[in-house]
Amino acid sequence: MVDEKNIKEDLDFWATNSEESGWNISSTDEGSQKMLEEEDEKQIKIQTGSDVVDDYVYNEETTEDERMIVNMGPQHPSTHGVLRLQVELEGEVVRRVKPVIGYLHTGMEKTGEELAYFQGPTNTTRMDYLSPLFNELVFSLTTEKLLNIEVPERAKAIRILMTELNRVSSHLVALATGGMDIGALSMMIFGFRERELILNFFEKTTGLRMNHNYIRPGGVAADLPDNWQKDVKEILKVIPEKLNDYDEMLLDNPIWQGRLKNVGILTTEECLAYGITGPSLRASGFSWDLRKTQPYSGIENYEFDVPLLTDSDVFSRWRIKVLEIIESLKIVEQVMNTIPKGPYRIQDKKVTPPPRKRLDESMEALIHHFKIYTEGFKVPPGEAYVAVESPRGELGCYIVSDGSSKPYRMHIRGPSFCNLQALPVIMADSPIADAVAAIASLDPVIGDVDR
Amino acid sequence: MSYETINVDINQYYETVENFKKEGYEMMVDLTAVDWYRKKEPRFQVVVNLLSVSKNLRVILNVNVPDESLKIPSICEIYPGANFFEREVFDMFGIEFENHPELTRILMPDDWTGNPLRKDYGSGRIPVQFKNAPKVD
Repeated sequence: MVDEKNIKEDLDFWATNSEESGWNISSTDEGSQKMLEEEDEKQIKIQTGSDVVDDYVYNEETTEDERMIVNMGPQHPSTHGVLRLQVELEGEVVRRVKPVIGYLHTGMEKTGEELAYFQGPTNTTRMDYLSPLFNELVFSLTTEKLLNIEVPERAKAIRILMTELNRVSSHLVALATGGMDIGALSMMIFGFRERELILNFFEKTTGLRMNHNYIRPGGVAADLPDNWQKDVKEILKVIPEKLNDYDEMLLDNPIWQGRLKNVGILTTEECLAYGITGPSLRASGFSWDLRKTQPYSGIENYEFDVPLLTDSDVFSRWRIKVLEIIESLKIVEQVMNTIPKGPYRIQDKKVTPPPRKRLDESMEALIHHFKIYTEGFKVPPGEAYVAVESPRGELGCYIVSDGSSKPYRMHIRGPSFCNLQALPVIMADSPIADAVAAIASLDPVIGDVDR
Repeated sequence: MSYETINVDINQYYETVENFKKEGYEMMVDLTAVDWYRKKEPRFQVVVNLLSVSKNLRVILNVNVPDESLKIPSICEIYPGANFFEREVFDMFGIEFENHPELTRILMPDDWTGNPLRKDYGSGRIPVQFKNAPKVD
């Protein structure tokens, strides 16, 4: 005979995961992260997104019992990772939003203080996992600035080639997931299919599809593989064709336009106040691209345009990503045609380990190899900030060195972290269905937010 | 890209940032802190990175935070984007920002003790234990 009482107790135990019987109320207590029914005026202003531009319209007719605070996430497919939003709804309209982050926090800045400079890219590459090469690039550029060294021309060209291809793959994921959130499931399949082409090329070059650790202080880890031009030519041929397909499918599609146009407005004023850069700023009609204004790694030698749209809604934030892919492919084509010959990493024995073959022949090489891999190279004391234009905006790295072989303080300014502050602005005062489209348009990567 | 680094006294910090905003530094790009534990006095330094998109200039402000109070004015009123960054510094270093709209932990759990990015906080020091997990003896 089954003892019903015991089964119930067992179930309660597993449901609450605690030794006390019954539901443990305190385990759902949010503490200070909880969105309250009543908050002070300043908080309400931030949460309704009317902090900078007061465009929130209060609906006087809504009664108290129509209001409801619900949780969206952290496990929610359309929040792109473990992002959690506390949303106050009035019927179907979002009134207040409070993002809660930190679910993916792994202390990478602390880890960065314990890794030597040549190990640094392994750590930073895992932050923004959709554009890993940019993280490596910004860390390497900052270290090189502290070391006051200049990498060879070929290394610079390879860096630009790889990062621009990475921008294409990252934007393709943004288009794919953006389509998925709105219900255009074929867009998701298409986006991931085309990204595969680029990931295959990355795999061939770096050995990995993600978290490459390819761009390192002093150059890149390896030269491009044999016949790499063939793969790049394939990418340059296929992706523009597929972009035309997307345009045919979506650009004049009345459902797509109806869902995206005039939704999630983020004006230039709000962008500047919240420090939002990248495609979101450019889609609001403000031309600011670090590749043009504060160029890095020799990108000023290539010709490309900065696409600019003025509608500042979700549609233009989607459209600008398509246009940026085309511009990035232009850069890739130019790099392919003009890439200089020469070494792919700096010929400074203190920074670059000697080639494997030399270890059997030369005592010097063995000593350098040993010193670099046990102790790491020493970086003169000082501090440096370098920023690059990642697919999501300004990605900055701030390193303080105390003269040892490990950074004293390593800080990454993640664009997604900053862009998330705009969620109340674009979500408030619009239906919950539009809110999902709006989150997708900001393209947050939680690895970059929580670090 | 070169930038200017300026050391600012904590008493003039708020006014300096206000003046920079008036001069056309529209964006606060980054705000972080450095812990100079047993290396420098005072211990904490807040680093603010301002960007002028109209003039294409960047400036980095270094502010020393007094050891006794560990308090610094919040610049959320001037740059609303400073909100998350100041919460992060509060979370990671324990520096208090005065007049911040909501100064709570942002990345670490609410009931966490200690400030992880301080130099006297060793990594891997605390075994990770989730709330209400069954006890293991």
